[in-house]
Amino acid sequence: MNNPSPTAPLNFLNHKTGLWSWLSSTDHKRIGLLYLYAITTFFLSAAVLGLLMKIEKVAPGETIMTAQTYNAMFTLHGIIMIFIVVIPGLAAVFGNIMLPIMIGAKDVAFPKLNLFSFYVYITGACLGLYSQFAHGHSPDTGWTFYVPYSAEASSNVVIALTAAFTLGFASILTGLNFIVTIHRMRAPGMTWFRMPLFPWSLYATAWIQLLATPVVGITLLMVIAERTLHIGFFDPALGGDPVLYQHLFWIYSHPAVYVMILPAMGVVTEIFPTFSQKPVFGYLPIVFSSLAIALVGYFVWGHHMFTSGMSYESRWFFSFLTFLVAIPSAIKVFNWLSTMYGGSVDLQPPLLYAISFIFLFTIGGFTGLTLGSVATDIQVHNTDFVVAHFHYIIFGGMGFGFFAGMHYWYPKIYGRMYNIRWANIGWGILFTGFNLLYFPMFIMGIQGMPRRYFDYDPKFQLGQTISTIGAIILFTGLITMISNLIYHVRRGAIAPANPWHGVTLEWQIPSPPPHENFDEIPVITRDPYVFDNPYTK
Amino acid sequence: MSTTEHSEHSEYIDSETGKMGMWLFLFTELFLFGGLFIVYAVMRSKYGEEFHHAALELNAFIGATNTVVLLVSSMTVAMSLTAIQKNQPKLAMILIFCTLLLAGVFMMNKYFEYGHKFALHLYPGSDVMRNLPHGEIMFFGLYFLMTGLHLFHVVVGGILLTIILLKVWSGKINQEHFLLHENGALYWHLVDLIWIFLFPLLYLIT
Repeated sequence: MNNPSPTAPLNFLNHKTGLWSWLSSTDHKRIGLLYLYAITTFFLSAAVLGLLMKIEKVAPGETIMTAQTYNAMFTLHGIIMIFIVVIPGLAAVFGNIMLPIMIGAKDVAFPKLNLFSFYVYITGACLGLYSQFAHGHSPDTGWTFYVPYSAEASSNVVIALTAAFTLGFASILTGLNFIVTIHRMRAPGMTWFRMPLFPWSLYATAWIQLLATPVVGITLLMVIAERTLHIGFFDPALGGDPVLYQHLFWIYSHPAVYVMILPAMGVVTEIFPTFSQKPVFGYLPIVFSSLAIALVGYFVWGHHMFTSGMSYESRWFFSFLTFLVAIPSAIKVFNWLSTMYGGSVDLQPPLLYAISFIFLFTIGGFTGLTLGSVATDIQVHNTDFVVAHFHYIIFGGMGFGFFAGMHYWYPKIYGRMYNIRWANIGWGILFTGFNLLYFPMFIMGIQGMPRRYFDYDPKFQLGQTISTIGAIILFTGLITMISNLIYHVRRGAIAPANPWHGVTLEWQIPSPPPHENFDEIPVITRDPYVFDNPYTK
Repeated sequence: MSTTEHSEHSEYIDSETGKMGMWLFLFTELFLFGGLFIVYAVMRSKYGEEFHHAALELNAFIGATNTVVLLVSSMTVAMSLTAIQKNQPKLAMILIFCTLLLAGVFMMNKYFEYGHKFALHLYPGSDVMRNLPHGEIMFFGLYFLMTGLHLFHVVVGGILLTIILLKVWSGKINQEHFLLHENGALYWHLVDLIWIFLFPLLYLIT
């Protein structure tokens, strides 16, 4: 796939060549890259769907698609983005590539299982696509598959459910692999609290993947049984309970939000110390806030159902817990800011993305509290406000975290450097477009614009138009950023082993890393973020 | 720079590592069935009376027989592991074979049980079922899904044990390396454990 010059030393990219050597590789770095290419492809296709939806909304009434097509599009956009891109996203790509290196191991604990879970993932992703093009209607239930509609809709819901089930299985296997890797494979001397913070965030994530995903797995299986065997678990006509479905669905799907955001937090936690040349501020609080987010995040699912019919007590209880989970997130924000404070800040593209991550994540977090308090939630429930909120968290948080990681580790992975100027320009366009696209949706949501509508009252014209223009700018930014990265995979300037003067283990080995990462497993004698390493001078 | 091909992973995974992975996987299995148990609990509290009537339809004798069969099979698989650890592969193979045989007995009983339900038209979507009260439909729905998913696990466990049997036969599983055997036995115990919860919930609480 990549052909560095023949004189280049052997590394994981070129030690074996040919498509088959990639498709059958159990090397964690190659598997990570396979995930990267698959996820980028799916991300771009789902982004195009998002753009089309926004173009539909440039004017009231039918513009470029019918209501049914619009319903199918937001469903597919949601399924791809959530299940195929964002949930595996950072953990499967950077977790796979960087976790073993950062803890001083040659590979993950179960390399074959790692490759297997990649193929489970691909199978799930293909099923997801197949549900769109198979005979019959594309699913139009939204990615949440709410019953009773998902049990009755005439579209290909069963295939889409199977896809989500399969993708969940891949996610479980990756999480399992990472937990065991972190427990068993750390280099000698790397105690738990000498471990860098990205692995810590992956550890917290992996536990959520492991403990929450099976619940949604069985739930989706029950919906499949409902459709195929006519067992009415959730169908009131057969004595079932649709609210029970919502509970079971969100028991997984809320923690899944933390599966998305925790690794992104881990990535920016690596970036701030490196570009401030200063130890991370408050290592232990960051560790424990990750674990606290994972733990508390497991018990807040009810806040998705404030208007679905829950007792008064459960509503205030879930609201209270939702406010609690904001505390560890805020701790992290203060830690990142304090890490930069007084450091020698070098404003490179990764740091730009990391800083905008804080900005967007904070907006997303605060609006999350608006939704988490019962009284205000009833006003904005099922409006564009919710859509804006979770795009600020998922795209502004996880997405920008992913881009930050991409620009941070790119020279390590490919041994070449992208064009910094174009990376900065791409970031500027992306950031502008992002806010233009999503911020008006907060305002329209408060004014009562419902989500998932393909049409709108003419009074929303201004906001919708700004939002559409934002979408076009955002998409331009994406193309700029991605083409800069792709173009320089082969043509970029050769990058030194440690271009950013980082101190974690991945910067102490050549770029690209050799096939086995380390000639000799390193012995760790110090904390992860000490910036007096002669290697960095 | 090392250029050795395929040298990075030894054929055998470190036993502690392998067992840890298996235990974590078993947790996910428990959570998978946990979702069904939650639905069972909710529906039972909603339709207590009707669950009572529907449960009377189940044959507690076959259920009890299957419980004994699975418990004994758990014992034989544990004994086969001890046999391998004591370097008695022949005995181990006989014991694994006994386990497989018992799994077969379990599935045969299940076949007769399902067959009886189908003869009575007590299956999801049938005309008889449709006219039952909601709670009874729910009970039979849960009965088929829970025992069906469990049966699927019995089949997977059976395949796993067959692979283990072949590997003991070929000597790949031996006194030094028995991780797969141990994990297979763990999985079989899980199958047993889940049944031990299913049996009273479906057959005994009437």
